[in-house]
Amino acid sequence: MSHRVRINPITCEAHGMCAELLPERITLDEWGYPLLDETPLHGSEVEHAIRAARACPTFALLVQRDRSSRGERVRSPAR
Amino acid sequence: MSSSPTAMTEIRSPERSTPSSPPPALPRLLAGIRPHGAMALEEHLALHGPLPLGRGGRRRQLRERAAMLIDEIERAGLLGRGGAAFPTATKMRAVADARGRAIVVANAAEGEPASLKDRTLLETLPHLVLDGAVIAAEAVGADEVIVCVCETAGQSIEAVEHAIAERSRSSELAAGSPKVRLATVPSHYVAGQESALVNYINGGAAKPTFTPPMPFEQGVRRRPTLVDNVETLAHVALIARHGAPWFRELGIPTQPGSTLITLCGPVTHPGVYEIEHGASLASLIEASGGTTARVRAALFGGYAGAWVGGDRLHGVALSKEHLAPHGATLGAGVVLLLSEEACPVAETARVARWMEGQSARQCGPCIHGLDALASTVEEIVGGIAHPKAMQRLEQLASLTARRGACAHPDGAVNLLLSAVEVFSSEFADHARHGPCESCSRRPELPLPERPVEDAGSRKAGRA
Amino acid sequence: MSATLAAAGPSVYWYLTRSTGAVAMLLLSIALALGVVDVQRWSTPRWPRFVLDSLHRNVSLLALAFLVAHILTSVLDSFAPIGLIEAVIPFVGSYRPFWLGLGAVAFDLILAVIATSLLRQRMGYATWRAVHWLTYASWPIALLHGFGTGSDVKSGWLLVLSVLCAALVAAALLARVIVGWPEHLRVRGAALGGAGAFSLFLALWLPQGPLGSEWARRSGTPTSLLPHAHASTAGGSKR
Repeated sequence: MSHRVRINPITCEAHGMCAELLPERITLDEWGYPLLDETPLHGSEVEHAIRAARACPTFALLVQRDRSSRGERVRSPAR
Repeated sequence: MSSSPTAMTEIRSPERSTPSSPPPALPRLLAGIRPHGAMALEEHLALHGPLPLGRGGRRRQLRERAAMLIDEIERAGLLGRGGAAFPTATKMRAVADARGRAIVVANAAEGEPASLKDRTLLETLPHLVLDGAVIAAEAVGADEVIVCVCETAGQSIEAVEHAIAERSRSSELAAGSPKVRLATVPSHYVAGQESALVNYINGGAAKPTFTPPMPFEQGVRRRPTLVDNVETLAHVALIARHGAPWFRELGIPTQPGSTLITLCGPVTHPGVYEIEHGASLASLIEASGGTTARVRAALFGGYAGAWVGGDRLHGVALSKEHLAPHGATLGAGVVLLLSEEACPVAETARVARWMEGQSARQCGPCIHGLDALASTVEEIVGGIAHPKAMQRLEQLASLTARRGACAHPDGAVNLLLSAVEVFSSEFADHARHGPCESCSRRPELPLPERPVEDAGSRKAGRA
Repeated sequence: MSATLAAAGPSVYWYLTRSTGAVAMLLLSIALALGVVDVQRWSTPRWPRFVLDSLHRNVSLLALAFLVAHILTSVLDSFAPIGLIEAVIPFVGSYRPFWLGLGAVAFDLILAVIATSLLRQRMGYATWRAVHWLTYASWPIALLHGFGTGSDVKSGWLLVLSVLCAALVAAALLARVIVGWPEHLRVRGAALGGAGAFSLFLALWLPQGPLGSEWARRSGTPTSLLPHAHASTAGGSKR
C-alpha cells in the first residue's frame, strides 16, 4: 500500500506552503503553482506529506493511498 | 473496405428498407434524412423497426437483459463519439455496477465550434437519439434521461421537445419508458465536458469539477450517471436492433462501424457526412463536391486536435489507426481544411487566444499557461518574439498540459505543438520577418464569441 | 459600602482583566496583520510561507486564550456586576451596557471566525472566506470596547498601546488594499472609505468621550459605583 500526493488544481491558489514542506516531491512553477512528482512516498516522507497537506490553506494538497484499481492517475476519460 | 461516404445533402429519395432487414451499407444513421425538418415518429419506426426494449419482467430478467445489451455493444466495439473515443460498453458497465439508481445524460452540448453533427442529428433524427438514450437507460437501469442541448441551438431544442411529446403520446413507447426531459446548457467550449455538464445540471456552473468521484459513480444528484454523446446513442439505437455483426460490417476491425464527420473549409458542400471508419479523406472530399481552393493542411479533431500537412494528406484515411502515425485523431469528427491562401501562423494565434478565452479559469496552470502560449504565438506572428520563442513554447507546453482539472489545456497544447511542427517553416519566417500578407486575411477557422459565465474567479497566484 | 471598596483599591482581577484585555487587543491586531501577510503571500527565506501561516493561526488562538481569560477575570472581579452571559449576549448588563456589549459583539465575531477556521474542511471555501472577513469588523468593535469600558483609558501606556495597534492595523489594511489596485475597486474603495471614516470618528469622539470629563458616568457606570467625590479624573485615578 503506497501513498502518493495529488493536487486539486481547482482549489489550489498557489500559496506555496506545500513546496516548502515537501520539497522532495513538490516544486513551484514560474506562476507559483505546484509541480508534483507523483512517484510513491517512502517511510517518513508520508508524515511530511500529511503535514504539508494540513498546512495547505485551501486543502488542495491530497495524500492518497494507492488502490490497486486506481493505481494510475485518475483522469476523466471523456471530454 | 472503404465504400464511398454518403452526404447528408445528397439523399433525396431514401432507400426504404422493411423493418426486418437492416439498412444497407451507408447511410445508416443518416438513412431517410430529409433536407429540412425532423423525421416524425411514425416514419422513424417504419424505417428502423420497433424500439427493441424489453417489457417489464422481474428484477433478475431485467438485469440479464441489460447485461446482454451491454455485451452486444461491447462485441460491436462501439467507441464514444464525443471526442475521447472511450469504449461505450465499459462506461455502461461501470454505471450499471455503481451503487444507486442510474441516470442517463445525452450530451449534445457540442462546444466545438466547427462541429455540426450533434445538432444535425437532433434537428433531423431526434427519435434515433431518443431511442438510443432509452435503450441505454435500460442497459444501466436508469429511470431518467436528460437530453442536454446547447441553449443557442433553437431548432434542436424545438425538435427534441416535439419528439419527446410525440413519444409521450404513443402508448406503446410511453409504457415502462424512463422519464425523458430536455435541459439547455451554455454554449462555451468546456460546458460539454462530462463533469461540467453534470455540475451544471446539479445547479452549479458549467465548469469541470475535480474528479474523483467520476460521473459514472456520482453524477447528477449524486447518482451514477451515464454521459454519452448523442451520436453514440444513435449508434446504440441501431446496434440494439441489428446486432454487433451488422455494425462491424462497416469500418475496420480496430474501429468498426460508421461515424459522422463535419467537414469544413474550402469544399463545395461543407457539412455533415456519414462515413465508415477507414474511409479515405479523398473520398470524403470527393463526396463533398471537391475542393474550391488548394489545401494547405487539414486539422483533425477540432481545436484540441492536430494538423496534418498538405503534402501528407494523400492516402490519409479516417480512423484512429490511420491518423495515429500523423499524430492525429478524429476527435469529435471534425475535419477542418485550411486553404493555401490562409496564414497558418496567424490562424494558430487566433485559435490559441480563443482557447485561452474559453478556459473555465479554475486552475492556475491553465489560466497562466494558455495566456503565455497565446501571447508567445502572437509575438511570433508580429515578428517581435524573443529569439528563444520556440523553446519557450515547448517549455510552456510542458508546464500547461495535464495540470488542470480537465483536458482543455491538454487539447490546446496538442494543437499548438502540432501547428509548430507542421508549419515550422512558416513559424520561422514570421519570427524573423514579422507578419505576412496573408496575416490580415479574413480568418478561415471559425471562432465564435462564447463568453464563459464568470462565477467570480478567485485565482490570485503570484503576480 | 462603595467607599470602603474604593479605599481597599482595585482587586487583582481588575488588573488581570485590564492586562489580558490589552494583550488580547495587541494579539488581535498582530493576527490581523499576519492575516494580510498570509493572503499577500509575503515571505523571506528566513520566514517561509508555512511559518508565517502557522504564526497567523497560532497568534489568533493565543488571542482567543487571552480573550477568554479577560472575560473570566472581569466576571470574577467583584467591583462591577458583570455576569458570564454578558460575554456572549451584548447590551444586557448593567455596567456600561453599550460599551461592554461591544466587547460581546467582538467576542462573538471572533468565535465565529475561529470556529469556522477549525472546521474549515467541512464547509465550502466561499462560506469560510465570507465569515473570515468578519475579523475586519471585530477589530474596530474591540477597540471601541476597550476605549469605552476602560477606566484607565487616559493612562499613558494604554494610549501608546492603542496607537501601536491602530498603526499596525492601518498599515496592514493599506497593504491589503493597495497591492493589486485597482482590481476590485468597489470593495477596496469601500474599505479605505470605512477606515477613513472610523479614524475621523475616533479623532472627534475620543477627546470629548473617554478622554474627556465624567466619562465613567456618561458611559453608563451604575451610580452606586461612581466615586462620591467630584468625578473629574486626572490621570491615575482608578475609579
